[in-house]
Amino acid sequence: MTDFMSAFWIILTGALVAGACALAGCFLVLRRLAMLGDAISHAILPGIVIAFLLTNSMNVLSMFVGAAAVGLLTTFFVQWLNSSGVQNDAALGVTFTSLFALGVVGVSLFGHAVHLDLDCVLYGEIAYTPFDPLLWNGRYLGPRPVWINGGLFLLNLTVITLFYKEFKLAAFDPDMAKAVGLPVTFLHYLLMILVALTTVGAFESVGVILVTAMLITPPATAYLLTEKLNRMLIFSVALGALASLLGYLISVQLDCSIAGAMASVCGLLFAAAFLFSPTHGLVIRWIRMRRLRHRVADEDALLWAHRQWETEAAHSFTAGQLGESLQWLASEAHASTRRLNLSGLLNLEKGRFSLSESGHTKALGLIRAHRLYETYLDELGYPPDHQHDPADRVEHHLSPGLVGELEKATEHPDKDPQGKIIPTAE
Amino acid sequence: MTAWLNDPNTRWVLTGCVMLGACSGLLGSFAMLRRRSLLGDALAHAALPGICLAYLISGGQRSLPLMMAGAFLAGLLGAFCVQAVTRYSRIKEDAALGMVLTVFFAFGIVLLTLILRTGGQKAGLDKFLFGQAASLVGSDVRIMVICSLLAGLVAIGLYKELKLLCFDPGFADSLGFPSAWLDALLNLLIVAIVVIGLQAVGVVLMVALLITPAAAARYWTDSLSRMVCLAGAIGAFSGALGTYFSTLAPRLATGPLIVLSAAVFFLLSLFLAPRRGLAAKAWRGWTLRRKVARENTLRSIFEWAERENAWNQPIPVEKIAARRGQNPSRTVHNLTLLAREGLVQFQEGKAYLSEAGRGEAHRVTRNHRLWEMYLMHEQELRSDHVDRDADIIEHVLNPDTVAELEELLRQHGLEPQRPPSPHPLPG
Repeated sequence: MTDFMSAFWIILTGALVAGACALAGCFLVLRRLAMLGDAISHAILPGIVIAFLLTNSMNVLSMFVGAAAVGLLTTFFVQWLNSSGVQNDAALGVTFTSLFALGVVGVSLFGHAVHLDLDCVLYGEIAYTPFDPLLWNGRYLGPRPVWINGGLFLLNLTVITLFYKEFKLAAFDPDMAKAVGLPVTFLHYLLMILVALTTVGAFESVGVILVTAMLITPPATAYLLTEKLNRMLIFSVALGALASLLGYLISVQLDCSIAGAMASVCGLLFAAAFLFSPTHGLVIRWIRMRRLRHRVADEDALLWAHRQWETEAAHSFTAGQLGESLQWLASEAHASTRRLNLSGLLNLEKGRFSLSESGHTKALGLIRAHRLYETYLDELGYPPDHQHDPADRVEHHLSPGLVGELEKATEHPDKDPQGKIIPTAE
Repeated sequence: MTAWLNDPNTRWVLTGCVMLGACSGLLGSFAMLRRRSLLGDALAHAALPGICLAYLISGGQRSLPLMMAGAFLAGLLGAFCVQAVTRYSRIKEDAALGMVLTVFFAFGIVLLTLILRTGGQKAGLDKFLFGQAASLVGSDVRIMVICSLLAGLVAIGLYKELKLLCFDPGFADSLGFPSAWLDALLNLLIVAIVVIGLQAVGVVLMVALLITPAAAARYWTDSLSRMVCLAGAIGAFSGALGTYFSTLAPRLATGPLIVLSAAVFFLLSLFLAPRRGLAAKAWRGWTLRRKVARENTLRSIFEWAERENAWNQPIPVEKIAARRGQNPSRTVHNLTLLAREGLVQFQEGKAYLSEAGRGEAHRVTRNHRLWEMYLMHEQELRSDHVDRDADIIEHVLNPDTVAELEELLRQHGLEPQRPPSPHPLPG
């Protein structure tokens, strides 16, 4: 098998694991069951041990059955402890750690007879994928992990497609789901079985602990990138596949654990979305807030300049005068005037600023919005000394359409409650 | 029996595990009350990259303080990431915990494999994951004991503040307590105890030591101080038991056995605790059901006799069963019990109230009717809406409440008139 072929199988396995995990994991994240997913992937261990003890082999089917059983058992225990009064996180913690401890003892006592290596269970060895062939009547069909994880991916896809509407409702509005008569408990256990099966299928490749990374991280990343469930599912599968590819490449470069690299890349992708997601990214939000602040400040500066021009016939001013009057820092005043100058709303001559044509127009538009809003508040019954401050804040956020509505609602007034002329729309 | 204590190494391990168990129980109580139990899990996993980095920085020396410091810093970073993700994005806490747990751990695995490539020791990972209490030497245990003691003493010293923080953070804020700092301190103590315990019990199982003794102790008491002490005691015992069991077979790691001991304590508490335990609850439920059945049966007979004005006429069981909407065999069962108490004469499938029974049935019926009066006149419910409610409440009215209801009767002028004595009374 060529290097390229090996790499292809490994990346494909990783992608299939990540995809299967992502599909189930989206619902875990949405229903705040991420730690239950983690618990199940830890609790799988005793299931595997028991299956091994009972069948005396590492037969895949028996392990799946053992895993599904343990997954159900864990979920059931946690529910039962919850209803007996143990709080949710404590119930989870007690259940999965006890089961895991049981599994570890089991492996210590019985595991070494058939290569049930703890390291392998825990972080897998995806590099062996190309060397683990599936043979059917002597024909080579590709690596076994590809078939197993591919099958699991298809299983998850099928179940989620079949029950899409039900899962969706149960995730977003569990009370309504119950009220409408959906079998909420059945759906819950179904999801947990999928998680358990996916975990077992993947443990040979990436190990139980890293499966959880792929269960939670790509869905959480996708959650930051979209508002729609179907897109979230698609994105999380894509992100998982991407992490698989990049992780493999990095691990080849650094000569380190492949599965570890894949999961680390999942984390890096999340960090990137956390900071730079167009809708939810921290950095993006900060930039947006900054732009908003600047726009409001600039508009306030324009209005001040216009009032200067109107009342004191002072046609030019310095940034310092602006700052002093509005009680801004000198740096803020300088920055604002610079921005207004660059956008052509203020002219600069010999160190002094003055309103340009477009500056006048814009200021008049703001004044129009301000005075119409004051008129509107007046008609609502606000006392005269309560009108200016709200208008001062709102004037920056009224679109031309909204201003038109205000004008209609106040029946096209000429003057505001203080008797000042309202500029018309030009 | 004490032969296992002869080995000095075992004694060290025992000391370390007992100390660890006690302090985990102590801190775990606060963590549980702050709903932070699983944070310990995340931090225990997050410590791996810290340990690996410390190993790399120290050039391959297995220096315990340095590795603990690395674990500690990584744990703090993990806690910080959980808080940052939860606060600054729409991701909820459970997903944040899960991500920190797994991604940090994965990064740790990457570092670990890098270390192995450059000739480090493989045994490190096993030790980290499951603890290798058996390989603890005196110096290790000394550090463990001192750090555990410190963490424990800090928690005890700040007991009042931590108690307030757990139960009423808003009030703590309003009193001017530095809640954010106390919270951060609690996180720090959790990280510390997790790091200390990693050596003895390993990653996954460390969180068990934080949660299980506290959860077990919760069943025995509602008082925080008792819960904390009990959790510490359970933790300490689990540590001792786990150490003992691990000496029984050569391949058994101490960590899982300590956790299983704690789990057994938890199950025992779950079932056997006096008030909150399942056995006690089942008992209470059973005695209440018996009381209700008894009183309802008495009342049924009383009301029938009242309507027919036939106080000594035996009533067939079927009629009583029909009144209660019950299966007649259940009615037979209830009547048998009442007959044993002497409240009812039950022969040949027919029953009537005895003297004593009439008094008791009267009391029960009176309670029922008092409550119906209350509902009709004070709550202004319609007369056909009151029976079901009274059916439930009548069994649990205590004498004080009955006295209040009688006062209400008087106010509404509905108190049955007692005829005045026709002759002068002595005294």
